Amino acid sequence: MFGYYFDLAWRSLKRNKVLTALMVLAIGLGIGASMTMITVLHVMTADPLPDKSARLFYPQIDPQDMEGYTPGKEPMDQFSWIDAMNLLHARKGSHQVAMTGGRVTVRPPQGESRAFFADARYTSSDFFSMFDVPFLYGGGWTADDDDRQARVAVISRTLADKLFGADHAVGQSLRLGKDVFRVIGVVDHWDPVPHFYDLTQGSYHKTEDVFLPLETAMALGQGTSGNMSCWGHGGFPDPRNMKNANCVWMQFWVQLDTPAQVQAYREFLVHYSEQQKMLGRFQRPPNTRLHDLMGWLDYNHVVPGSVQLQALLALGFMLVCLVNTVALLLVKFLRRSSELGVRRAMGASKQSIFAQLLTEASLIGIAGGIAGLLLAFGGLWIVRHQPVEYAPYAHLDMAMLGATLVLALCATVLAAMFPAWRACRVQPARVLKIQ
Amino acid sequence: MQWRPILSSLRHHKLTALLLMLQVALTCAIVCNVVFMIVNRVEQVSLPSGVDEAGLSMLVSETIDKHENKRARHAADLAGLSKIPGVTAAVAVDTLPLGRDESSYGTCASAEDMATAIAAHSMMRGGLCVQPAVYGGTPGELGVLGLHLAAGRDFRTDEYVAGADEHVAGADVPVAILSRALAERLYPGKNALGQSIYTGGSKPIRVIGIVDTLLRPQLREAGVNQYAMLFPMLPNDGEVTYLLRSAPQDRERVLRMAAAKLEQLSPERIIPAGGMRTYTQMREAYFQRDTTMIGLLLASGLGLLFVTALGITGLANFWVQQRRRSIGIRRAIGASRGDILRYFQTENFLIVSGGIALGLLLAIMLNLVLMKHYELPRLPLYYLPIGALALWLLGQLAVLGPALRAAAVPPVVATRSV
Repeated sequence: MFGYYFDLAWRSLKRNKVLTALMVLAIGLGIGASMTMITVLHVMTADPLPDKSARLFYPQIDPQDMEGYTPGKEPMDQFSWIDAMNLLHARKGSHQVAMTGGRVTVRPPQGESRAFFADARYTSSDFFSMFDVPFLYGGGWTADDDDRQARVAVISRTLADKLFGADHAVGQSLRLGKDVFRVIGVVDHWDPVPHFYDLTQGSYHKTEDVFLPLETAMALGQGTSGNMSCWGHGGFPDPRNMKNANCVWMQFWVQLDTPAQVQAYREFLVHYSEQQKMLGRFQRPPNTRLHDLMGWLDYNHVVPGSVQLQALLALGFMLVCLVNTVALLLVKFLRRSSELGVRRAMGASKQSIFAQLLTEASLIGIAGGIAGLLLAFGGLWIVRHQPVEYAPYAHLDMAMLGATLVLALCATVLAAMFPAWRACRVQPARVLKIQ
Repeated sequence: MQWRPILSSLRHHKLTALLLMLQVALTCAIVCNVVFMIVNRVEQVSLPSGVDEAGLSMLVSETIDKHENKRARHAADLAGLSKIPGVTAAVAVDTLPLGRDESSYGTCASAEDMATAIAAHSMMRGGLCVQPAVYGGTPGELGVLGLHLAAGRDFRTDEYVAGADEHVAGADVPVAILSRALAERLYPGKNALGQSIYTGGSKPIRVIGIVDTLLRPQLREAGVNQYAMLFPMLPNDGEVTYLLRSAPQDRERVLRMAAAKLEQLSPERIIPAGGMRTYTQMREAYFQRDTTMIGLLLASGLGLLFVTALGITGLANFWVQQRRRSIGIRRAIGASRGDILRYFQTENFLIVSGGIALGLLLAIMLNLVLMKHYELPRLPLYYLPIGALALWLLGQLAVLGPALRAAAVPPVVATRSV
């Protein structure tokens, strides 16, 4: 049966090549444009740690003074040193990590090549285990190393290759500014998208090349980077005394494995705020939040408005292409009233006419989908060559590839429903009489 | 014109005609908004910075020796850089228009305004004070940037003070040069020259010059983009930008030689990736997202018009084929080629007009949605007739081919059986 419909469809499409090509082109353009933008959105809203994101949480507390206080306003996005350390040492989660971004001056070992800047992360020890960081060689440091201000460093595979050759980087000395560190681990390629653990440096920032124990980096005065917000009348803080400044500049993550733990942590944050208020450090009533990883990305609007706008535009484009297809299919089907009338008169049921017409539409849909796929590949190639920070990640994976074809097929069949239904309604007697 | 036959034939094809109308309406709505967004961004990208951009290049240098005397380093570097053949002038600055790094000061027109603003804990509340960006640099900055002094004078060398470094706050500057926009905002209807501005320092700052145009390092809303001023403040930070003026065709060579020169003067520095470029390149990088978006909007707008034109042509072709016989009959009973041509053109005009009527409504609705979610400005009403005209033209162009084919149908067709 299907073979017969297929044959009929093929003949009909061949009979009017221009119109067929027009419909395929319209669907292809619509699908191509939409899939390009949907893929970009899909990549940008991806879960950076699918196995673990539901168990990772970002707390917020409100340490500011009463100046500019409005009840119900969202608390600050980062932590001061004191609060981050208090939360870290309270050990209320399965794991917790306090960290900040930084920039270091790398002096290559041979001396003849020039010094350069590298992005760094100064973090407490749980970073690597909490975020499932893959190690090529060696490993991270311990909480003890952090407390002792051990001069150890973990570096990226790229930096290790550049400085020592990745195979024998572990154990080497790494010179950062005036200070010397021992390399204890090399991180394999690891580029979580978005750069979830610190969104202040751009949501699609690349993973840092150097990781240092937080206490060590602070003690040595390695330069920090990222956003900082301060309050009170202290003015801009002295960079050598960041630990006591009324400023937030650190990020804090906690791993909570059970709902009970999550609930307990929420209560802990409120208790902590009350306690600090009693101590006179906080002035505002407790105002706390606890977002899980995906919630935190959402709260921070990591997807730029311009990308959403582009996706919206692409969908509008698709809509116009579909209306176009509906109109063209309608005239195409109605024009064949006489042929359909003959088939009806010879005993074909309405359902079989309907099925035949939808088969024809499906063929157009599949052809349009393939055209759209080619266009989407081209579109994404263009996106990748744009100097925007998320550009390298714009790739079509298998799931999106399948989705493209399915979308094209569904959209066309949907577009064909109404014209096909109209065409089925023809009265065989009337059509035959006219002829 | 024979409207009756057109209308009655449209009634026969009302579904198809309605679908075509809907397509024209959607296209009209989207294209009006897309064109509006394109115009907005083009305006943004072509904002004048006030700087004479053509012959300007810059080098960012960052010291890695924390104990270096920064100002002595800058002076030595500048002496070396000005000797490079082709360099007509060189200065060290802290930041540039469209340079992204911005420092700004809450600035008020009078001491009373300042006191009120401090009492209200907000510089901006009540609209008394503004937050202009501040540019500092070594003597000659005004000339190297090529800013046009509308009134007053440049700084004298004895007016320069050292800017802030990591340890010490900067000294108070005695004088400042304001952009015209800032001067008019602080002293509306008055001559700003000779007035004193208040930034919370120990002394008021006297206005000694006004430049025509000066953009901020980081653009904000249209109204405040030009709130900027120059201070006679010597850069005193580990990171500094050297500005070099040369003939435009010498820029690449001058940059290469300057980098080598700096390296030779002191190797204890890093010129960061992207820290060596012409002003033109910096401007392009600043507006990269906007230019990308313009390209994208343009492509989708043209794509939409293309698909709609294809749709119109496709349908018109169909209708012509379908009506060959009746066209033949009309020709046989005396209609001229022109009549047939006009028939199809009028039919198209009617359908497109219907689409446009709906489309203009949709355009305004779409704009309202975009205004709400994406902070887009309101669509000016004059875009609507322009959009309508464009679609009428597009419709007529798209139908021309099929209509001419219809007009070419010979009357003899009427006598043949189908």
